[in-house]
Amino acid sequence: MQKDIRRLSLILLFAPFALWIVLLILLPHVGMVFLSLREKIAPRVYEFGFANYIEFFNEPIYWNTLVRTGSMSLLVTVLALIIGFPIAYYIAKIAGPRVRGALFLFCLVPLWVSDLIRAFGWILLLRETGVVSNILQWTGLAAAPVEMLYNDVTVVIGLVYTVILFMIVPLASTLDGMDNSMIEAGYNLGGRGTTVLRRIIIPYAMPGIASGCIIVFMLTAGSYLTPILLGGKNSSWFTEQIYDQFITRYNWESGAAFGMLLLAFTSLVVWLGLRLTGQSLANTVTKT
Amino acid sequence: MLIRQRKFDKALLGYRAYVLAFLIFLVSPLIAAGTFAFNDSLFPALPWQGFTLSWFFGDTEPKLGMFYDRRLLSGLYYSFIIALMVSLLTVFIGTCNAFLFVRKDFPGKNFFYILMIVPLVIPGVILGISILVLASSVANGIENRFDYEIGLLRPGIFLVVLGQVSFTTTITSLVIAAKLKKFDITMEEAALNLGASSSRVMRTITLPFLRSAMIAAGIVAFLVSFENFNTTLFLVGSESPLTITMFDRVHKVGSTPVLNAVSFFLMAGSGLLALLSILVQQDKSARS
Amino acid sequence: MVNSPSTDLECINISKTFGSVLAVDNVSFEIPRGSFFSILGPSGCGKTTLIRMIAGFEQPDSGEIHIKGKSVLNTAPNKRNVKMVFQHLALFPMMNVYENIAYGLRCNGVAKDEIDQRVNNVLKRIALPDVGEREIHQLSGGQKQRIAVARCMVLDPDVLLLDEPLGALDLKLREAMKIELKLLQHQFDTTFIYITHDQSEALVMSDRVAIMNQGQFEQVGTPQELYHAPRSAFVAGFVGDSNRWAGQTVAAAGSAVRVKTEDGLELLANPYGAAAATGGRAVDIFIRPEFITVERAGGARAAPESGHNTLNGVVDSLLFNGANSRALVRSASSHLIEADIVLTGGNEDLQPGENVTLIWPADQTMCFAT
Repeated sequence: MQKDIRRLSLILLFAPFALWIVLLILLPHVGMVFLSLREKIAPRVYEFGFANYIEFFNEPIYWNTLVRTGSMSLLVTVLALIIGFPIAYYIAKIAGPRVRGALFLFCLVPLWVSDLIRAFGWILLLRETGVVSNILQWTGLAAAPVEMLYNDVTVVIGLVYTVILFMIVPLASTLDGMDNSMIEAGYNLGGRGTTVLRRIIIPYAMPGIASGCIIVFMLTAGSYLTPILLGGKNSSWFTEQIYDQFITRYNWESGAAFGMLLLAFTSLVVWLGLRLTGQSLANTVTKT
Repeated sequence: MLIRQRKFDKALLGYRAYVLAFLIFLVSPLIAAGTFAFNDSLFPALPWQGFTLSWFFGDTEPKLGMFYDRRLLSGLYYSFIIALMVSLLTVFIGTCNAFLFVRKDFPGKNFFYILMIVPLVIPGVILGISILVLASSVANGIENRFDYEIGLLRPGIFLVVLGQVSFTTTITSLVIAAKLKKFDITMEEAALNLGASSSRVMRTITLPFLRSAMIAAGIVAFLVSFENFNTTLFLVGSESPLTITMFDRVHKVGSTPVLNAVSFFLMAGSGLLALLSILVQQDKSARS
Repeated sequence: MVNSPSTDLECINISKTFGSVLAVDNVSFEIPRGSFFSILGPSGCGKTTLIRMIAGFEQPDSGEIHIKGKSVLNTAPNKRNVKMVFQHLALFPMMNVYENIAYGLRCNGVAKDEIDQRVNNVLKRIALPDVGEREIHQLSGGQKQRIAVARCMVLDPDVLLLDEPLGALDLKLREAMKIELKLLQHQFDTTFIYITHDQSEALVMSDRVAIMNQGQFEQVGTPQELYHAPRSAFVAGFVGDSNRWAGQTVAAAGSAVRVKTEDGLELLANPYGAAAATGGRAVDIFIRPEFITVERAGGARAAPESGHNTLNGVVDSLLFNGANSRALVRSASSHLIEADIVLTGGNEDLQPGENVTLIWPADQTMCFAT
């Protein structure tokens, strides 16, 4: 009797989970795999095959875009780590309790503002008629309006800006759990600043670094808004290719194949990241 | 010793300056996006032409305020409806998931737990296209076989909601499960011991304990849904939510300060909601 | 066994296993109405499992539980008139004091006026008449304790179970609450079953104490019986402090028995149980510190009476603790022995390094066959 009730409640609790995972995650991805393996040989005639994937590797512009997206995402991840680490350390270890709370909140606020508004803000600052250009002319540093949009540097800055909070938050919460006496002990035992950083702080922060990097990389590689708005026509981001195939050309088969390739690529990098740092997915995601 | 101290102070000063510079980097696009909402000019750019509220309340072209712009208003309305449905659905599934993974034991639990987390590391673009692919192929299949069109499975509000639910559920599940883990199970036993039925225990003890986490998770889900772009982009039909409407204007048409007004409105709104969620969480910590 | 109406709770041959672990092993006992009964044992001895079976949170594998003469095995935990004070009290933080106490009454569908009256009544009885509107986190540790008891007592339970409720309190408050709980029990005149691993809690408060070890009751008796007439080596070692030797019996000597410890000491001991009274048995020997007299070596004293043990040693250190001060004496074989002494602070006090003789009566030398 009691066993039956327990089993029933398990089934009732499992049902929403199963519906969600199966209908919204598993089946759609299976469907996408099937679609990506469909070759169009004539209008309304399809055959099973790898043509969509072969097409991707035969057309340099496609895989170049993926490589470009991947390498720029790596660059963004590294930059976000280098810029964000001192900030996270400051929040967790140097600021007083009041300042810490304020800073943490401050860092979180842009999280609640959509990517679109943030990118829009950058456009207003950096375009030819934008604020920075105006200031440069006003101070005499530039003679004519300067266009700072639509180049790779801007795209990288914009992306770092968009994702850096996802680096700082897990880093700060990991560092926050670190006992100050560990750092003091490091100095006490005669360690120099760099030694303490390399031998004590960074190893301790490793779970935070791993989760920050993984989330940041994934968000960057999958981002669409920022590269399009700040990079313009020649941003050639891979998600743009997917959009192009799906919406503009209405070629869903190759769009699905591209989607699978992006998914495989980001999963591979996430998996490698977890492997190299010895972290588990569950731990990593719960941190953020 | 004194010299070292001074050197240390200097280093700290440099560190503080770096943090300050970072904060300026963090807010300047937001300030740019918000401030120009009050500039009495047709373009969101310098020079400053004086203060105005017409970009909010102006009812005539060319300075048509956001509250009189029908497309923006309907975008706001759809965004609100979508976000409301998403937060209700994800809090419901998230609560079930929390009970499932915190309270129940079943074979393959670890595997299912990882499955629960995975949606968070799938790029949003891919979630969007995969759901689009599945829904369309089901709809096409039914149409071909039974000659019956299911409008719900075509791009539109329903698919947008499903797409956003697919990954937001992971967030709400983690938030609510974290709170449920802190629940002292003897509290339920105590209530049972005092004569309460199991459903009464759930109603009067467990759910009130979880309430703050459920509200906070709901607010997070609402904001995530409101600002989501990547997943929504592929699933949107004729009823565009606000981010899509705004993107079209930023990207395709030249922008007017009405977009700044919307940005300001959204920043203020999400700031308030974020504050509310923090207050709800604090209320909990004061009580337990 | 016959269920006499004077019994509140009776457990008959209760057993419970978790996987391969035998948590409770064939335990039987009965508790007369209105008494304070403690179950004392080290952590992991099965006492919590036992109490949870009485409350109905666990189902025994075999055996019977009777409350007021009726079997409750098929009664759900929320239908049993056995209330429980939990280890961390489990007061509901989302309700104030009044609502916490009224909770059980509301579950039973008691009318609003009566709830009001009974809650205020019980608050008066625990001497906290004005705290009804307070939130739980505003209460002190001792107040929380009393509210937790009141929350149960307002329901007039047949038996109140208390699962180490003093464990989370600091030492001073714990001492005060011991007395307070005893007084509350008198006042409500309800059977309390108190489980603890702290012997002083059990000895001070209880009418009767059961010593539990590895799922079984080793001995049930009054605190005095357990202290002075332990029935097993475990009870002797667990209840109160004692000096302990392992050794072997040599031969019976009248009502006493001659034993030789592992470090070569010859002692006259009082055999507990027939097995310890014969020669050639491995035994455990216990001597409580308060029965050992410490005398300065070479001092003027009468030769020890017959039936006493003596032992020479050197004071290793003094453990000053007011009236409970002790000397730590090192014997020739380097065994450390604790003995109660009086330290007045004057010049006559013992000093570390002094040679002393320890004397104690043979019939306080408890000897158990192992």
